[in-house]
Amino acid sequence: MSRVRALFAALLFLLGLRRAVAERRRVVPRGRPSPRAEAVVLALLGLATLCSAGFVAVYALDRIPRQTQFLGLTLGLALAFLAAACVVVARRVLPDEEVAHDYPPPAHEREREEVVRIVEESKDAFTRRRLLGLAAGGAGAALGAALITPVVSLGPFLDTDRLRASPWSRGRRLVGEDGRPLRAGDIGFKEFYTAYPEGADREQVAAPVVVVRLPPSALRLPDGRTGWAPHGILAYSKVCTHAGCAIALYRAPLYEPREPKPALVCPCHYSTFDPAAGGTVLFGPAGRPLPQLPLLIDGAGHLRAAGGFSGPVGPSWWGVRMK
Amino acid sequence: MIRGAVRYLDEHAGAAPFLRKALRYVFPDHWSFLLGEIAMYAFLVLVATGVYLAFFFDPSTAHTVYHGSYAPLRGQEMSRAYASVVDLSLDRKAGLLIRQTHHWAADVFVVAIVLHLLRIFFTGAFRKPRELTYYVGLVMLMLALLEGFLGYSLVDDLLSGMGLAIAYAVALSLPLVGANLALLLWGAPFPGDPAFWSRMYIAHVLVLPILIGTLLALHIALIVARHHTQFREPGRSERRTVGIPAFPGYAPRSIGLAFAVAAVLVLLGGLVQINPVWLWGPYHVAQGTNGAQPDWYLGWLIGGLRLVPGWDFAIGDYTVVPNAFWGGAAFPLVVFAILFAWPSLERRVTGDRAVHNLLDRPRDAPWRTAIGAALFSWVALVFLFGAADRVYATFGVSYVVLVWVFRVLVWVVPAVVLVVTRRTCLALQELERLEHAKQAAKLTASESA
Amino acid sequence: MRFALTALAALVAALPAGAQVREGYDLYGKHCATCHSVAGRAPSLQGAGARAADFYLRTGYMPLVSPDDQPWRTRVRFSEGQLRALVAYVASLGGPPIPRPHPERGSVAQGRALFDENCAGCHQAVAVGGMMPGARVPSLARSTPVEIAEAVRIGPYVMPRFSRKRLSDAQLDSLIRYVMSTQSPHDPGGWSIGHLGPIPEGMVAWLIGGAALIAASLAIGRRRGS
Repeated sequence: MSRVRALFAALLFLLGLRRAVAERRRVVPRGRPSPRAEAVVLALLGLATLCSAGFVAVYALDRIPRQTQFLGLTLGLALAFLAAACVVVARRVLPDEEVAHDYPPPAHEREREEVVRIVEESKDAFTRRRLLGLAAGGAGAALGAALITPVVSLGPFLDTDRLRASPWSRGRRLVGEDGRPLRAGDIGFKEFYTAYPEGADREQVAAPVVVVRLPPSALRLPDGRTGWAPHGILAYSKVCTHAGCAIALYRAPLYEPREPKPALVCPCHYSTFDPAAGGTVLFGPAGRPLPQLPLLIDGAGHLRAAGGFSGPVGPSWWGVRMK
Repeated sequence: MIRGAVRYLDEHAGAAPFLRKALRYVFPDHWSFLLGEIAMYAFLVLVATGVYLAFFFDPSTAHTVYHGSYAPLRGQEMSRAYASVVDLSLDRKAGLLIRQTHHWAADVFVVAIVLHLLRIFFTGAFRKPRELTYYVGLVMLMLALLEGFLGYSLVDDLLSGMGLAIAYAVALSLPLVGANLALLLWGAPFPGDPAFWSRMYIAHVLVLPILIGTLLALHIALIVARHHTQFREPGRSERRTVGIPAFPGYAPRSIGLAFAVAAVLVLLGGLVQINPVWLWGPYHVAQGTNGAQPDWYLGWLIGGLRLVPGWDFAIGDYTVVPNAFWGGAAFPLVVFAILFAWPSLERRVTGDRAVHNLLDRPRDAPWRTAIGAALFSWVALVFLFGAADRVYATFGVSYVVLVWVFRVLVWVVPAVVLVVTRRTCLALQELERLEHAKQAAKLTASESA
Repeated sequence: MRFALTALAALVAALPAGAQVREGYDLYGKHCATCHSVAGRAPSLQGAGARAADFYLRTGYMPLVSPDDQPWRTRVRFSEGQLRALVAYVASLGGPPIPRPHPERGSVAQGRALFDENCAGCHQAVAVGGMMPGARVPSLARSTPVEIAEAVRIGPYVMPRFSRKRLSDAQLDSLIRYVMSTQSPHDPGGWSIGHLGPIPEGMVAWLIGGAALIAASLAIGRRRGS
């Protein structure tokens, strides 16, 4: 009887040994089970499911107020609960594992040598190495240039004179935002108008001008601009010479002795131009004065351009003439 | 079931050895190593939401008249691009949520990249053998800035249209080639050929995402090839890395972070309004709004453009360097040039050509930390100045005064930061040395006792 | 009691306009004359009209502490009776009356278009205000339709003015209707963060988005030495 018992005990011992050996052969260590953390994960997953369902429900409801907010809340919370579930799994359910690993070798000397030799030995087949190399390089460069050439069709790459194009010329009538011609008699002090060349495309840099009126005695226009401002009515390009934004601000003092003097200001970087002095820069980063458009008043009392701008319109570019 | 899947992959793709290595790849577990992943997951959100938006957006500058639900725009002429965005935002269920999530994702994407870059820089992770990874990362940052700018410029609203005009001016301002380049890109003088919109669109939805995605894959491949760096701690060395295995430990952490990133972005997308283009109105060459700003990651450029004094460098009557070049092109080029050159600069000056798998603490490299902090403060000050107009508008501090104050601060503060940071690093090192000496003295005292 | 009060009110209203003007003249002497009766300090109020007086007084733009200051919306320190008296006095010097706009007759779409063409450059697309070198530009969040009509026709401080030829009464009605709508803009996207655009958006991206994700990283990863 004791022999059977001894055999049985031995068998059990061997089985235990097998399990112990199997345990040591584990790749991922067995962590301490934490059913509480799992319960938390389950709850979080449940909440995530509810929120996702909530999203679909909110979407299905027509025209509820603040729908975007409820959609964002439901979906966002669903994602947040899922995130939380993952983190709880990572930090509380899975075992804390720290694994060590060697950094890969910084160099593979043997393979490097072999690669170099493979390339070098292949070169032995060629007798005129340098010539062939140059020819291949030349052919490759030529092909590259050929392949790049159609890019030039993207735009008038070489025709930079197009930057000087302007729809304004002598006799062109000024029209307001509503398309009606501007009457000189309508333009009062402290007012500003945006005007366009009659019949031209408004959405180009050289089209819009800003029209203001100052007392003729206050004008100090540069030489050569006599007569450009009939009755003190002035027209300047509405596009800033710094970076091309619309000059949408007009500083127009009600009481000159105590208030900042008249100025045209750009809202982008606050370049400030003096309309009384031919558009010179008073403040800000603009490096070039605002181009002025000479005006004349025709027989019907309408404003017309008396010529082209005093200088190139819009932001400066290399080689543009400063005036 | 798992056994079956693994067998299939191994038989058909020889994948078992790769999977074995991949599953137990060692990740560092410090929280700062997650910053790059935040950027990656933000990118994934961008792609997913972006695809959805592309199903609705009409990249056309053709005119249309608005007939949607928003009264202030009804009967107004606008481009089809702008109209399609207003329609998606106001008249499509979940359209606004996905559009806002997309835009918040773009903003947060760059936040994460900057935080990640700061961690890389101030711990010296860019050192040999990881310079290539670093360069790839910097290129991705530049592409991200461009991609974001193109994304919000496609909408053709008043705010972004003003930004496009400025971009055109900066392109024009490049010496020698500026005018040619601008005409080439835009197809015509500003506002450009209608084809310009197609170009922006294809760049934004196809070319740049593919570029960024490819570089991201390369970036990750390089990281894995050389393995992550790690902080100097017991058990870790230049030869041996310690951390969490990819599976099962790291995977739920990373997936959890992915969900967290998506959660934050969707919550922002639903709860905080961003870029309400129906309020700004469509873009017109002759219109502008006060307070126009680029998205935050280009704020350093508007600060630069506003801060530079008004010179156009000219020879006689000819403009050689227009003003917009300095703040809009030279400034960012200088900053990126310094960032690109840094690893080789540091190598040359310190003579350190060794392989580094262990990270520095900022205090361990006083010059690097000080110069990095100074460069950061330089950019930060220019960036802050970009908001000076709102400071004047809200608090009444004169803008003209602020211009002059910042023109001085922008040079003085980085110099001060340089000196103070270096001194602080050295002081912290000294403190540690004293601590260690004290500990060592205590130890020898207790041993001899 | 109610009858007595009504009778009293009727009596006051029936007081000859002269009494009101005289009261206004007294107040003018106390609060306004130090600048407005001195050449070079402030403009003369001859011809300014009830329109200007009503605007500057009801917004609290006037009285101004120093003639070089920019007028800005402040708490009105006059009572309603005093305000009427002052306006009556200035009106007696000649000039345009208080306008009576009808924004409900206007079109909000036309108003928005006019606002973007003429006003957004200073006041910002949804009238939150802004700046130019030398002057702040106020938000219109607290403006009443009458104030808007008055400001548009006067052009206070450095604001340009818009005459009836420039902007008809009908157009002004539409403009006012739009401005009033900007006092509660359409914000289906959620928290509007001031309608200021990318500056507060960037702050949210860093201080809410960035902070939340750093917090998530701290929760997921570990800190040095832990």
